[in-house]
Amino acid sequence: MELTRRKILAVGSGALVFTSLSGLPAFANLADDAIASLTGGKEIGEGAISLTAPEIAENGNTVPISVDAPGAVSVTLFADGNPVPSVATFKFGPLSASRSASTRIRLASTQNVIAIAQMEDGSFQKASSNVKVTIGGCGG
Amino acid sequence: MNLKLWISLAVGSLSTAAIAQDSNELVIDGETLVTETAAPAHLEDFDTIYSGWRFRSRETQALETDDFDNPAFVFVDQGLDLWEEVDGSAGKACASCHEDVEDFAGLRTQLPRVQDGELVAMEDLVNGCRTERMGAEPWKWSGGNMTAMTALIGLQSRGMPVGVKIDGEAAPFWEKGKELYYTRVGQLDMACSNCHENNYGVMIRADHLSQGQINGFPTYRLKNAKLNSIHARFKGCMKNIRAEPFKEGGDEFKALELYLASRGQGLSVETPSVRN
Amino acid sequence: MASGVKPRVKVPKKASAGETITIKTLISHKMESGQRKDDDGNVIPRSIINRFTADFNGQNVIDVTLEPAISTNPYFQFDAVVPESGEFKFTWYDDDGSVYETAKKIKVS
Repeated sequence: MELTRRKILAVGSGALVFTSLSGLPAFANLADDAIASLTGGKEIGEGAISLTAPEIAENGNTVPISVDAPGAVSVTLFADGNPVPSVATFKFGPLSASRSASTRIRLASTQNVIAIAQMEDGSFQKASSNVKVTIGGCGG
Repeated sequence: MNLKLWISLAVGSLSTAAIAQDSNELVIDGETLVTETAAPAHLEDFDTIYSGWRFRSRETQALETDDFDNPAFVFVDQGLDLWEEVDGSAGKACASCHEDVEDFAGLRTQLPRVQDGELVAMEDLVNGCRTERMGAEPWKWSGGNMTAMTALIGLQSRGMPVGVKIDGEAAPFWEKGKELYYTRVGQLDMACSNCHENNYGVMIRADHLSQGQINGFPTYRLKNAKLNSIHARFKGCMKNIRAEPFKEGGDEFKALELYLASRGQGLSVETPSVRN
Repeated sequence: MASGVKPRVKVPKKASAGETITIKTLISHKMESGQRKDDDGNVIPRSIINRFTADFNGQNVIDVTLEPAISTNPYFQFDAVVPESGEFKFTWYDDDGSVYETAKKIKVS
């Protein structure tokens, strides 16, 4: 087969689709692995905790995040598109009131922020939120 | 297609998708600040001026409404420490001469101003004290100590309307600043006015263009997580349009600062503000 | 000790027994992530606050493990219940071994 420029481009873009398809889950696995090691592979429920994050972050350097997890012993935050997916773990002590916390985090790109709460009965709950991180014009 | 044409087309197509400022009200500790008011008489091209706060996302806006949540106050605290700190051969601190930093209420609203025939900015006043009265080294124009101090002093005027003098002996400086504002420079051949007058309210890539008001400086930017001086911001703009920036603290930037301040006459001082 | 590190906390001065109060804390710290490179292309080593705790009269309120994804000048907001008058103690632990502390009294009626 004679390789013209157009054919090479076609082959190239095909390969690109392939790598990006296989690449994406590999990236997400990093967070999945971290979550699995936290929960010991146990089933994770949803609906009992909530995560508040902006839909669009004006700057990925400082993204306000709040988690509200009534009945939780601890909450761990993950960012599945960051080079290191773990963000923070909040352990609630005997004098903690509402089992909620807010902080400001760094997001390298548009991605999911995931909160995993360990509840008082040992079960796990999850909440997640997709945050679009914009690349600034002059501000970014 | 050459680059200039492409840019002008791109900017043109952006302006069709007007997004404009929001209508939120800025209240800090119970005090309502003026973020929108009638444009001063010398502005011919628009009727209403808006603080940059009105162009930011809800989350960024919220950071400025509470002095604890506002990360700039870390630096205001540092400014307070510097205020008390003895430095230089005269063995003095700011506090040795100035009884209370609150005495500077109103100063931010008047700067830059003409003193002894020269246009002076707040940074000049601070360094004047340091070199002449304290016998200390001057601070870098946009360095951490300087921005902490200008934030502390500027904060004393928060809520007061910007009101720089533009006539009399200030007039030639103001004219020079105005000329700079409308002069196209750099490889992208753009003037301040191309973005901040003709296209405010629209998006430039993922960024929301403001009117380029300077009533909130020094400002804490999420981008670099520190206080940014007015002149450092000018420098950033000039680099973005691929121009050779003027010198921080130089005559050009001081004249531009006076002109820009005058475009915001009547807006509340927001120092220290929070932007992206 | 990293330079310019300054903690700030916001705690109400008084509360009634068993009331939920909101606490805000912030510490000035670069939170160098270990992901950045300097102008010569060398990785800037990680240097962060890695743990933050809040205690009241010796009992824990919250214990936070921080990773490099926490923003510059780490900020936390959380709730506490105060059974009696006493003192909150806030502690930040730096990668370099430094420990920063601050305390705030609260009157409970």
